[in-house]
Amino acid sequence: MYSRAYKSAVTIPPLLWVTVFLLVPYAILFCYSFWSVSPLQTIVHNWNLQNYAQLFRNPLYLTVLLRSIRIAGAVTLLALLLGYPLAYYLSFHAAKRKDLLYQLVIIPLWASYLVRGYAWKTILGSDGVLNGFLQYLHVTHRPVEFFLYSPFAVILTLTHIYTPFTFLPIYASLEHVPRNLVEASHDLGASPFSTFLRVILPLSLPGILAGATFAFVLTLGDFLAPLLVGGPSGIMISNIVVSLFGAAYNWPLGAAISFCMLLLVVTLLFATERLEKRFTIS
Amino acid sequence: MSGAFQPSRSPLLGAYALFVYLFLYFPIVVLIVYSFNGSGVGGFPPSGWTLDWYHQLFADASLWDAVLNSVMVAAVAVAIALGLGLPAALALDRSQFPGKALFRRLVLLPLILPGIITGLSLLMLFVGMGMKLSLVTVILGHGTALISVATTEIFAGLQKMDRAQEEASLDLGANHWKTFWRITFPNLRVSLIAAALLIFTLSLDEIAVTFFLIGRDNTLPLEIWSRLRRGITPEINAISTLILLFSIATILIWYRLRSGTQSAGDVQTAAGLLPSSLEGES
Repeated sequence: MYSRAYKSAVTIPPLLWVTVFLLVPYAILFCYSFWSVSPLQTIVHNWNLQNYAQLFRNPLYLTVLLRSIRIAGAVTLLALLLGYPLAYYLSFHAAKRKDLLYQLVIIPLWASYLVRGYAWKTILGSDGVLNGFLQYLHVTHRPVEFFLYSPFAVILTLTHIYTPFTFLPIYASLEHVPRNLVEASHDLGASPFSTFLRVILPLSLPGILAGATFAFVLTLGDFLAPLLVGGPSGIMISNIVVSLFGAAYNWPLGAAISFCMLLLVVTLLFATERLEKRFTIS
Repeated sequence: MSGAFQPSRSPLLGAYALFVYLFLYFPIVVLIVYSFNGSGVGGFPPSGWTLDWYHQLFADASLWDAVLNSVMVAAVAVAIALGLGLPAALALDRSQFPGKALFRRLVLLPLILPGIITGLSLLMLFVGMGMKLSLVTVILGHGTALISVATTEIFAGLQKMDRAQEEASLDLGANHWKTFWRITFPNLRVSLIAAALLIFTLSLDEIAVTFFLIGRDNTLPLEIWSRLRRGITPEINAISTLILLFSIATILIWYRLRSGTQSAGDVQTAAGLLPSSLEGES
């Protein structure tokens, strides 16, 4: 067995760091959410539930929250619709090119978020590439404005960014589908489609769940794409938090919204983890 | 029937996969093409090839200051993340201690938690401690958020390691420290280099956490971000293209290092994205 000194040396430093820089900050966030701001713009430490009450009373927050959930839902669905068939193709049909094709998905996964968001801005803008192209073909005669600064632009940009994130766990789960089960299904006379539906799809559910969680959670917390391509109609819940921590100067209210998001994320993670375990054969 | 499962040909699925690749690469290609476009960003077709934007870029002093800041931040963040991720991975892999499950979740949370929550919580901590926002707070933020990546990467390396060597070393009378430096550490070298590359790239691109912790000196993504507010220029296309080429190069090296030490099928979980990838094996 490992000596006590060795154990402490590997356990204590990371434990300490994580406590100071993650656990304590989350706890501070939680505390802030019960405080308030005085008219003199100072934080008052009188504990109350005002901030949480305001979240439910003020229709603005609810509207934006619902919009954020809708956008996150749309991105999740689109990322699954793009990511799953791609992962399936790579896992079952790519044969020798598998490795190359896999690397081609990994590159956009780790490539700069800002760069990719910016690229969409140049494509969708009113004097952007897409409008230039449409006018060049004489499909339209003046710039179409709604491409950029709309929820559509946010969904498109975030789908582009999170599709590789969704692909990854799905591909991992498809690679772990025992090939002899697939063969057995074929040998027993099942059509490729029913093999997919009854063997492959159920076995890849853990991957789908993990991928969907990534896309949903990361979209819900995104504030950069709405600022970059969303415009006023594409504002999401995190943008409200950003403004509460900036110009609007209401940290306690911002903290309350952030804490709700944190709670939502942790709940979702627990739920998917449980579901994943149920669907994983060992 | 004999032999392995034969992939069937399916042109429709292949075409769909091609479509997904086109979607993933279209913005990247547009970005690169327009960085050489004489008539600025947008419009179709691009006309008048030029290197002017790159010339402008190299003469832009404030941009290079930002690059320098980013490289410095990334280098220290790598040191912090590896310095704590290595013991964390060792602790998770081979030691039992109370609160281990909570520790694992906490370390890995920044992988999936939207950057805004980590950024805001740390902002509150630093303000509470009376620290001035500067590159130091940015470094602490990056280091903390990226311990998760270091831990998953190194943990994957530990899982693949041949334990017999360590056991032999211990049986022959070496203590744990000696065994660590003589056996474990050399065996982990490739994992550590791969993790460092990935963390460096991620830190160089980080924007959500940085957004809240930045002081007077900008990192490169924040500098680009503040310029985007003033409108888009082909100079941003040029710097984005360079960033992109840099990340593609590091990602490919990372991937090569990764697949050198492990079987290709395991690389995707090693990408550090599945929080559940650290389960069960402890």
